Amino acid sequence: MGKRVLLIEDELNIIEAIRFLLSREGWQVETHENGADAADVIRSAKPDLVILDVMLPGKSGFDILEDLRADAETATLPVLMLTARGQSRDREMAEKAGVSRFMTKPFSNAEVLTAVRDLLYVHQQKA
Amino acid sequence: MTSLNLLIAVCLAYVALLFLVAFVAERAGVQGKGGWLLRSPLVYTLSLSIYCTAWTFYGAVGNAARSGLEYVTIYLGPSLVILGWWWILRRLVRIGRSHKVTSIADLISSRFGKSNTLAIVVTLMAVMTVTPYIALQLQSVSLSLSIFSAAEQSGAGTPMDQQSAALWIAVGLAIFTVLFGTRNLNVNERHHGVVIAVAAEAVVKLVALLAVGVFVVWGIAGGLPETMARIDASDLGTWQTDGSRWTALTFLSAAAFLCLPRMFQVMVVENQDEAHLKIASWAFPLYLFLMSLFVVPIAVIGLEVLPEGSNPDLFVLSLPLSQGREGLAMFSFLGGFSSATSMVIVATLALSTMVSNHVVMPVFLRLRQGTASQSGDVREVVILARRLSILVIIGLGYIYYLASGGSGALTAIGLVSFAGVAQFLPAMLGGIFWRGATRFGALCGLLTGFTLWIFTMLLPSFGVGVFLSVEIFEQGLFGAGVIRPHALFGIEGMDPMVHAVLWSLLLNSLVFAVLSLFTFPNPLERLQGAQFVNVFDHSGQSRGWNASVAESEDLMIMAQRILGAEEARRLFRSQAQSQGLVGHLPEPTPDFLQKLERELSGSVGAATAHAMISQIVGGSSVSVQDLMAVADESAQMLEYSSQLEAKSRELSQTAAQLRDANTKLMQLSAQKDAFLSQISHELRTPMTSIRSFSEILRDTEGMGPMEKAKYANIIHVEAIRLTRLLNDLLDLSVLENGQVTLNRQTGTLGELLDLSVTTAQASVSEPMKIHRRRLDEAITLETDLDRLGQVFINLITNAQKYCAADVPELRIAVNAVEDVITIDFIDNGVGIPKDAREMMFEKFSRIGAQDSNGAGLGLAICREIMSRLDGDIRYLGDVEGTGFRVVLPRAMAIAAQ
Repeated sequence: MGKRVLLIEDELNIIEAIRFLLSREGWQVETHENGADAADVIRSAKPDLVILDVMLPGKSGFDILEDLRADAETATLPVLMLTARGQSRDREMAEKAGVSRFMTKPFSNAEVLTAVRDLLYVHQQKA
Repeated sequence: MTSLNLLIAVCLAYVALLFLVAFVAERAGVQGKGGWLLRSPLVYTLSLSIYCTAWTFYGAVGNAARSGLEYVTIYLGPSLVILGWWWILRRLVRIGRSHKVTSIADLISSRFGKSNTLAIVVTLMAVMTVTPYIALQLQSVSLSLSIFSAAEQSGAGTPMDQQSAALWIAVGLAIFTVLFGTRNLNVNERHHGVVIAVAAEAVVKLVALLAVGVFVVWGIAGGLPETMARIDASDLGTWQTDGSRWTALTFLSAAAFLCLPRMFQVMVVENQDEAHLKIASWAFPLYLFLMSLFVVPIAVIGLEVLPEGSNPDLFVLSLPLSQGREGLAMFSFLGGFSSATSMVIVATLALSTMVSNHVVMPVFLRLRQGTASQSGDVREVVILARRLSILVIIGLGYIYYLASGGSGALTAIGLVSFAGVAQFLPAMLGGIFWRGATRFGALCGLLTGFTLWIFTMLLPSFGVGVFLSVEIFEQGLFGAGVIRPHALFGIEGMDPMVHAVLWSLLLNSLVFAVLSLFTFPNPLERLQGAQFVNVFDHSGQSRGWNASVAESEDLMIMAQRILGAEEARRLFRSQAQSQGLVGHLPEPTPDFLQKLERELSGSVGAATAHAMISQIVGGSSVSVQDLMAVADESAQMLEYSSQLEAKSRELSQTAAQLRDANTKLMQLSAQKDAFLSQISHELRTPMTSIRSFSEILRDTEGMGPMEKAKYANIIHVEAIRLTRLLNDLLDLSVLENGQVTLNRQTGTLGELLDLSVTTAQASVSEPMKIHRRRLDEAITLETDLDRLGQVFINLITNAQKYCAADVPELRIAVNAVEDVITIDFIDNGVGIPKDAREMMFEKFSRIGAQDSNGAGLGLAICREIMSRLDGDIRYLGDVEGTGFRVVLPRAMAIAAQ
């Protein structure tokens, strides 16, 4: 049974790319495009990893992350954050909010795969 | 001669009686007895009757015989003042009492900062104006004496006799005045004896005149109806009265009533109680009425009965004499004598007070500078100065009488004198009612008025050719036609008296007012001015002295020398007691010094008293001037601090502006950050897809051709998106920086819309329906058609993208309204929510969940383009669906149709 990755992203082509990369490695990829109800979707889906975009319609990735960290159930859930805003302040905000890994778009596919693998492995070790 | 001798004996007896009355009254006053009489308003009213001198006693009849009813004005003026201007008198009396004013010179000097210059000027003016008046009294008495001698022994009334008579009268009056006017230096300069004597004389002259009147009406004319008939028959009633002369005379006598030194003496200085004014306000006019009651009958009967050429000024005497009534004539003579003596006594008294206080004492003090507290009794000096003044003034009157040769009608001399004292009026009234009046203004006004009075009235009164030559009358002073005594500034044909009064008082007031406005009062003037003008508001004392270091002993020594040992000791002891001290030396507190100054000023005048206290306290203390200077300084400091406050307000305003600017900068900085974030996001997003899929294509082996084509297409689309975004950004940047150069072309609006619609619809498979009215679009434009087309394409494309209707439609409506052309793009969609409308023309503003292809720059670019084209683009909030309006200035349309 492959690990389950939930991708919260609104850019269709980026969804397409990440889905291709992760499914080829044997992971299950689920997607959600809206920010407003993203936290609820994550809670009910209980994925092994969340890949979270920052600029989402409805709610920003930072706010969603804070919600997750405030909830005991998802407090330690690995979250890989991807953003196109690429300013140093964004990284600080993300780390403050409790991000597991922060990456700037455009990313190299290898980086994303390594990050996802690391996060799933660390999480597994802890668990 | 027996009759004449008898007359002289009667006179002497009468004078002796007056002495007795005065002596008893004085004694009673000192012992505190008979206060009811002294404090009686009746005495006050009767003492006011010194207004009626021999001039009114004899002259009124003469005046009536010569000029008809003109004599009434002399009674009318004072009556109007005391009835109608009662409040002026009350103010004068209040000021006089609270400031211990000793004379009109003292009043004016005290008001204008205790100025001794002003006091001297007023004093000299008063002496000059009153001297002729005293001469007039001497003349009338000697004239009346001559009537008796003429009746007794024809030819005996030689000028020599008259002159010697006048001399003896002058001497007698001088002695009386010296005895009763300067018996002691009264603290408040009041003379009970004199006042009582004057009141007694007032009764005598009234009764005498009434007796003559009654005799004339019932003894000669044969009753009231006959008298009335005779008056009607005479030409007295037909005299024409010149209106301007009438007004001027009334005004003049009113002014004189207020300003004559002797009137000021009895009305203000001798006033015992302000309430007396109330009684006097009706009793005095009544007295005047009785005095004038029989004037016309005496004049008419006199003109009828007496031989042609008789002096009408003496009808009061000559009528009884002609009827053999020597007793009555003698009584009448006593009446005239009373009028003359009372006037001379009081006038001389008032003048001598002024002369000694304002001329002699300051000179004396200056000569003995710094030794005032060590030398002997100043009182001796004051009294001596006053006695000498009396002699000199009466002497001057006698000399004037000799110089004028006993000529001229009585009224003429009287009027000259009235007009002279009337010059005090502006400074006096201005001083007590107008705080802005200044010393310089008062001084110049007085000098101006007085100079004019001398030139137009006093000198001409001696007759043409005496002081002023005929040439001056005809050609003017120094040959200047505008300076003629009877036609100043070339205005001719006026009555000389009216002319003189008008010009002198007019220019006097004018100079006084104007210079007061343009000069600044010194601190003491301001202080005094405030106290005089607001005399009813604060009867409190002015706080001037600060004599913590002044020696009470020195003050005591000085006070003793002026007030007398006993009086001074009493004052000091009572002050010490009121301060709660044992012994007789009070602490030299400001209050005490103030009181002392007032007491002293009662004896030597305000200016001198101030100077004397200054000598002792001066060097080591703070004077009123200093205090006021300090007050001025603190006023300046207040002003300075208010300037500082203004500065600090300015600074805090600047700070606020800086804060605002800073806030704005912060906002701009935040906007810039947001903008950069936006650009970064808009650029990185397509690049992410491109990079990711290019890596997939590179790294994935064995990928099917379908997949390959699909991913290559994604890369292509995203690359186009990136290009468009970069183009838009550059476009916007160029537009915003104003670096754009417009490419002006000519074309019709219809063609431009055609092109735009075609371009917009090229990218979509199912074009929406577009409604147009080609007729309206036939407008030729000269503008940058490419840019305008860009706006149109953008709007049409947006409608295509975002109109959510089942069957999307777009209506393009063109309207030429006034000076603009509007092109509306209205679709049948749902419109844009209100809260988004404000932001939608901003960069990167996207409405709701839109096609991610749009970077949100389109409307921002449209707005920039329209502002470059001098037009506008705005959202139409009041239409169904989503509507935008493009506005073009009419100037762009070359020719419609």
